[in-house]
Amino acid sequence: MDFALNEEQEMFLAMFRDFSTKEVAPSVEELDHAEQPPLDVLRKAAQQGFLGATLPEQYFGAELDYLSYCLLLETLAKDSLSVAVTLATHVSLAAMSILAYGTGAQKEAWLGPMAAGEVIGAFAFTEPDAGSDTSILQTRVTFPFDGEESEGGEATLNGVKTWVTNGEIASLLLVFAQGSEGIDAFLVPADAPGLTVGYREPTLGLRSVTFNTVYLEGCRVPGANRLGEPGTGLEIAQQAQDRMAVALAAAGLGEGEAAIETAAQFASERVQFGVPIAQKQAIQNYIAEATAEVEALRYLVYRAAWLVDQGQGTPFDFSVVKVHGARVARNVTNRMVQVMGGYGYMEDYPLARRYRDVRAFSIMGGPTELQQVRVAQQVFAERDVEVVP
Amino acid sequence: MDFMLSPEHQALRRLIRDFAETEVAPVAADLDREHRVPHEIMRKLGQIGLLGVCFPQEYGGMGAGEIGYCILMEELGRVCTSTATNVGAHIGIGAMVIYLDGREEQKQKYLIPLARGEKIAAFGLTEPNAGSDAANVHTRAVREGDSYILDGGKVFITNGGYADVITVMAATDPSLGAHGGITAFIVETDWPGFSVAREEDKMGIHGTSTAELVFEELRVPQENVLGKVGEGFIPFMKSLDMGRLTLGAAGLGGAEAALDWAVRWAKTRKQCGVELAHKQSVQWMIANMATEIEALRSLIYRVGWMVDTGQPFTQLAAMCKLYGSEVASRAIDMALQIHGGLGLSRDFPIERFFRDARIAEIFEGTNEIQRIVIASDIFRQHGVRIRP
Repeated sequence: MDFALNEEQEMFLAMFRDFSTKEVAPSVEELDHAEQPPLDVLRKAAQQGFLGATLPEQYFGAELDYLSYCLLLETLAKDSLSVAVTLATHVSLAAMSILAYGTGAQKEAWLGPMAAGEVIGAFAFTEPDAGSDTSILQTRVTFPFDGEESEGGEATLNGVKTWVTNGEIASLLLVFAQGSEGIDAFLVPADAPGLTVGYREPTLGLRSVTFNTVYLEGCRVPGANRLGEPGTGLEIAQQAQDRMAVALAAAGLGEGEAAIETAAQFASERVQFGVPIAQKQAIQNYIAEATAEVEALRYLVYRAAWLVDQGQGTPFDFSVVKVHGARVARNVTNRMVQVMGGYGYMEDYPLARRYRDVRAFSIMGGPTELQQVRVAQQVFAERDVEVVP
Repeated sequence: MDFMLSPEHQALRRLIRDFAETEVAPVAADLDREHRVPHEIMRKLGQIGLLGVCFPQEYGGMGAGEIGYCILMEELGRVCTSTATNVGAHIGIGAMVIYLDGREEQKQKYLIPLARGEKIAAFGLTEPNAGSDAANVHTRAVREGDSYILDGGKVFITNGGYADVITVMAATDPSLGAHGGITAFIVETDWPGFSVAREEDKMGIHGTSTAELVFEELRVPQENVLGKVGEGFIPFMKSLDMGRLTLGAAGLGGAEAALDWAVRWAKTRKQCGVELAHKQSVQWMIANMATEIEALRSLIYRVGWMVDTGQPFTQLAAMCKLYGSEVASRAIDMALQIHGGLGLSRDFPIERFFRDARIAEIFEGTNEIQRIVIASDIFRQHGVRIRP
């Protein structure tokens, strides 16, 4: 066992911190208020290779291990959860799915531009009636003639996707649709005929992330744009969501750390009843509990990232890290708002934004209740009980 | 024992619910989006007598007591936390301190127009260094002839940006502190020397004004001293007790609304082949919400009854605020969770309630201060005096 970051990871971490302080921190509050996506930040992140963080060098990626990449998300989230979620959607959900399942030609075509930030990726799975329930997709993919599917004819997509993260800033959408052999995943360029990016959700938090409804009305793409074999869409989506679970938990870790830093500093300076409130046991308890939760989460996240790097990890592992990451990030942020009193509620201090941002974590990428079913499934499977959601 | 509301109070609830549903609910989302204080709602509430709900009829009130006031806050809390907050700041702490400690001519001059909603009140206690430590007031009041000259300022004052009358706490003798050194004044906001420095940009309750106030050589005539010189702290604390109770009532309303939404959604939304209502994770949330709501309702109305029957209630009012704010936050959080992604959207009211609810754990005495109040009272009964 070895719980230390290696020399390279330490070096990366210092670089990520430097980047986030210089390029992310100064603009994020204004972007949040204006509800603008962080396009400048993404451009600069691309120059550092962060948009191809985990991609191999042959696709101009930075070839980071997943743990180093999680350190990047953790660091970015300390300044902006919106930036971390936007980047993780691009890398963990979109680019890495192509890396894992793409043909040589698909990888050649998309991964280089994605690493360079010329193409931002989005992930279109959720539908009005298929959120937690992944078994029934209303979006359909059809081929005009029998057999054309195997010969690479043109595919037609029809349906509506909701809550598409990065929807309106993406040039490439990974779209999941019901095909003849199960669910298929398709690489759909944003300018494909019949694709319209529509309504942007006005969200509680993560206001620099664009969540859009995407309409596919007779949307045509080459059959060669299918990712993986026919019917492997669900597997592709699940692996993507598992990677995303670790990424979100890493972001939640950064969020928690930053909230504690802000509140602890405030508590050291804020004098009430003649002493800094840091001297009050109620405040000490909030800070101590939050710190303990963050430290436990840190190693849960790092271990999950390490499992990804090892090609291991079960649904149990990914659901545990997803649930616990969301819970810790929310509990910690909530307590730190309380430490700051009225100042925690004001939008010109960062805690209010953090509190709004992090609420989505118990819902996006699979709600806590569903993740707990997956955890229970494994626990009971060991006892020969099959749990169905 | 009798746990039923009187026929009069039941009729009052019908009146208020009707008002809340027809006048308040339709604009609540707009108030939030536009960061707009609903002056027209305050005016109408005043016209039908609800801004004097708890004050005696001789002062322009309705005479419905603290229970009536709790009903008002509960029903407003169901539809719009901002409106409940504006009303709470106006009645519960702004006007209340005049009612509790004002002289007859002060009540005639100020309380009557406040009870009728012709004027709006605010309560000026909090300062940059006097938040939870409310006695640490730095605003100075210096006697000059038959007036006092106020210098200093207040922060986070609800209704502060548009109130006509503000009850202000200032130090008349800093060496004496809370007991003997602090005096309450009734200040009219159009007097020279009063100004609003800024409005806060808050996470929620966007339909309220939270203002920073500045007093520069603000001359207050001696007849506007509220209560006795040097003894301003006690009536302020008494009116805070009244406010705390009804904040709990507003939380009760918010929690009830959340339960309604959660149930309605759970019985229609299908996932994995069944309505969410059939999932135990959802059933547990609903059951927990409902249980806490029942406990909170019993607590709130019992303490309202204690106020109306003249019993001591300080410790219990702190419990109402503490429990009411936390039950509301939990219930709204669970309703949001049951709605999934839609709960995060500003197109639905839960998102607004989620942001709005968070302040109740902080303002009018943080929940930490409420716990100190409760614990102090318990330890005092056991002969131990604790300090915050």
